[in-house]
Amino acid sequence: MRRLGSREDLERLREEALSKSPKRFISLGMGTASRAHGAEAVYEALKEELAKRHLGIPVKATGDHGLCGYAPVMVVFPEGILYHSVKPADVPDVLEAIDKGEVLEKLLYTDPITSETYIYEKDIPFYKKQMRLVMGLMESVEPLSIDDYLCNGGFSALAKAMFDMGPQAIIQEVITSGLRGRGGAGFMTGWKWEDAASRSSPVKYIVCNGDEGDPGAYMDRCLLEGLPFEVLEGMIIGAFAVGAHQGFVYVRKEYPLATQNVQAAIEVLRELGLLGEDILGSGFDFDIQVVRGGGAFVCGESSALIASIEGRVGEPRSKHVHATESGLWGRPTVLNNVETLANVPHIVNKGGEWFASIGTKESKGTKVFSLAGDIYNTGLVEVPMGITLREVVYDIGGGIQGGKAFKAVQTGGPSGGCLPESQLDLPVDFDTLTEAGSMMGSGGMIVMDEHTCMVDVARYFVKFLTEESCGKCVPCREGLKHMLEILDRITQGEGTMEDLELLEDLGYVISNASLCGLGKSAPNPVLSTLRYFREEYVEHVRDKKCRAGVCKALVKYEIVPENCNGCHVCFKECPEGAISGEPKGVHVIDQQKCIKCGICRDVCKFDAVRVV
Amino acid sequence: MAQVVIEGVEENVREVMARYGNNPARMIEILQDLQDLYGYLPKEVLEEVSRQTEVPLTRVYHVATFFKAFTLKPRGKYTIQVCTGTACHVKGSYRVLERFEDLLGVRPGDTTDDLMFTLETVNCVGCCALGPVVIINGKYHGHVAPVQVESLIKEYRER
Repeated sequence: MRRLGSREDLERLREEALSKSPKRFISLGMGTASRAHGAEAVYEALKEELAKRHLGIPVKATGDHGLCGYAPVMVVFPEGILYHSVKPADVPDVLEAIDKGEVLEKLLYTDPITSETYIYEKDIPFYKKQMRLVMGLMESVEPLSIDDYLCNGGFSALAKAMFDMGPQAIIQEVITSGLRGRGGAGFMTGWKWEDAASRSSPVKYIVCNGDEGDPGAYMDRCLLEGLPFEVLEGMIIGAFAVGAHQGFVYVRKEYPLATQNVQAAIEVLRELGLLGEDILGSGFDFDIQVVRGGGAFVCGESSALIASIEGRVGEPRSKHVHATESGLWGRPTVLNNVETLANVPHIVNKGGEWFASIGTKESKGTKVFSLAGDIYNTGLVEVPMGITLREVVYDIGGGIQGGKAFKAVQTGGPSGGCLPESQLDLPVDFDTLTEAGSMMGSGGMIVMDEHTCMVDVARYFVKFLTEESCGKCVPCREGLKHMLEILDRITQGEGTMEDLELLEDLGYVISNASLCGLGKSAPNPVLSTLRYFREEYVEHVRDKKCRAGVCKALVKYEIVPENCNGCHVCFKECPEGAISGEPKGVHVIDQQKCIKCGICRDVCKFDAVRVV
Repeated sequence: MAQVVIEGVEENVREVMARYGNNPARMIEILQDLQDLYGYLPKEVLEEVSRQTEVPLTRVYHVATFFKAFTLKPRGKYTIQVCTGTACHVKGSYRVLERFEDLLGVRPGDTTDDLMFTLETVNCVGCCALGPVVIINGKYHGHVAPVQVESLIKEYRER
């Protein structure tokens, strides 16, 4: 690979890449989620079969396309025909169809509710309401192919920023765009950059925060795996704007593929001279180092993350001094989230005003959500800010699986809250969600059906946060522990009505007195469920009942004699031997032996096991 | 618990340190690489790291016990990670975890006496569409039901 010494060199390389770029290709999602579904075997089969048939069609192994619940997903370009749940054995049929210019019916997407079948990706309801900006190139760019990225306008923003704009104009453009941090806090990115740029220190740092710790959020993983060049380009532009010469990408240790791809992408950029000394002949020096996280949720917090990069334990400090003034090793440091940086090249290319035209008054642009839980279409979705929760859950997500009733949507991870049906028409933006008692957070969105116990969900998050609290400040460390004790009591049917008030009092103290964002937002899951689902708490306390059938101490498993046809399956599967009955006769559960593991209900095909 | 022989500590620590430019700021990565080498962080390794980096042992120990990535106990041949992220929890991962606990007789973080299995929980691996997810030595198993746990353990035990 040759080193690019000027903007002209970059454009020449782009032209070369464009002249070789194929119109017809197969894009196969190969991110972590797709691999878990067996995408690697499909890739091998494709390679083998293509060679056998002498079809000159390239296969691009890209990041996850988004429709993760249906992986492996394959899109045939230029038409945009989408095949899902592809198995290695389907590959010959797929290629046969491509060769003949036909469509392979059996792998097309069929809507689970309307039963309508769709040929083209763009027509599928899951994609229709999306607006793919940062995820836009996911299907046409192989993660480490610089040619692919250049063909799609890659690094044109960097060249524009360095040669046509300069630091001041870049920062102004980002301020105009109204871009706010996508990691959770929603701070204006442009202001952060402006502050860091104004510092006179000769050494400054920029850090890309890829410590995506919120359970249920994985857009940063997907971007780092699938489009590392886009994230790095945003980071180089940011470094140029604030005057940083060293950057760090902090990646969670649970994301091995993301770490690997970012590292490899950095090496490609170094060889090309897009990282290192005198980038594109501009005189600007900048390099990036990848840091693997140690697996602590609190390290997503900026001061804890900085401590962790310095090789210390990730304990936050009080933030009367911002990182932009004194961060890594006491130097001005800009911390931006992965998705935030991925937005930057688009803002530079198309302008801040264009970006600001998308979204709501205070929240601009798009946001990627990871949609999961009890809905049909799970996966990553990118939507314009201001779309309603209902549109995301029902139009994009396809609604609740198995005809069950909607109960809640959880946003914002452990710092967020649970919103009920009555709040579904709220527009999704930073401030509206916060007012409703939840949070945008990093973009996890988990849909829960009627079989989810809201007290158990609150307990789940408090338990998570109790384990992840770093222990430095008392309100968070001790307060959460007591909250957990109370919630344990309630789920075991030993709670009192006073406990509910105590939970609210504790929540108030923890959120006001904690040192960092983890503690300040930790009571949200409890407070929001108390606000919207109080009757469920009351039922647990007063009636000793769990209507969702989740809290073990309050439920028992029974066999409905009318539905039991004596198939004997539960008898065989019960690990405790608690079920008695002869084949073809009605079965009975011995309550003394039953450990309430729920296996009998899982294996019963006749709906004969019920939780009461 | 079986005795594990710790060898070549001095050279290994030196080699790993060199990988990171002998920079004590890269403590987390140094410890990660050493853990990959030994499967866990033995006392001898922590002491040697402290000696070579000139970072007090208390601070090395602080780092090694703060982050979830590190373990000071030997691990089993197979590490079973049950995802307990929100999406997996909603889909019933706690029931899958209980089944593993019952069958293996260990709690998360512990290893079976025969050094076969280490049971762990992990806070989301970003495969939420697949929940409940169980990862065994890096291999992902999706939509795991409690009833499948027994055969899953058997499958690995008999390998």
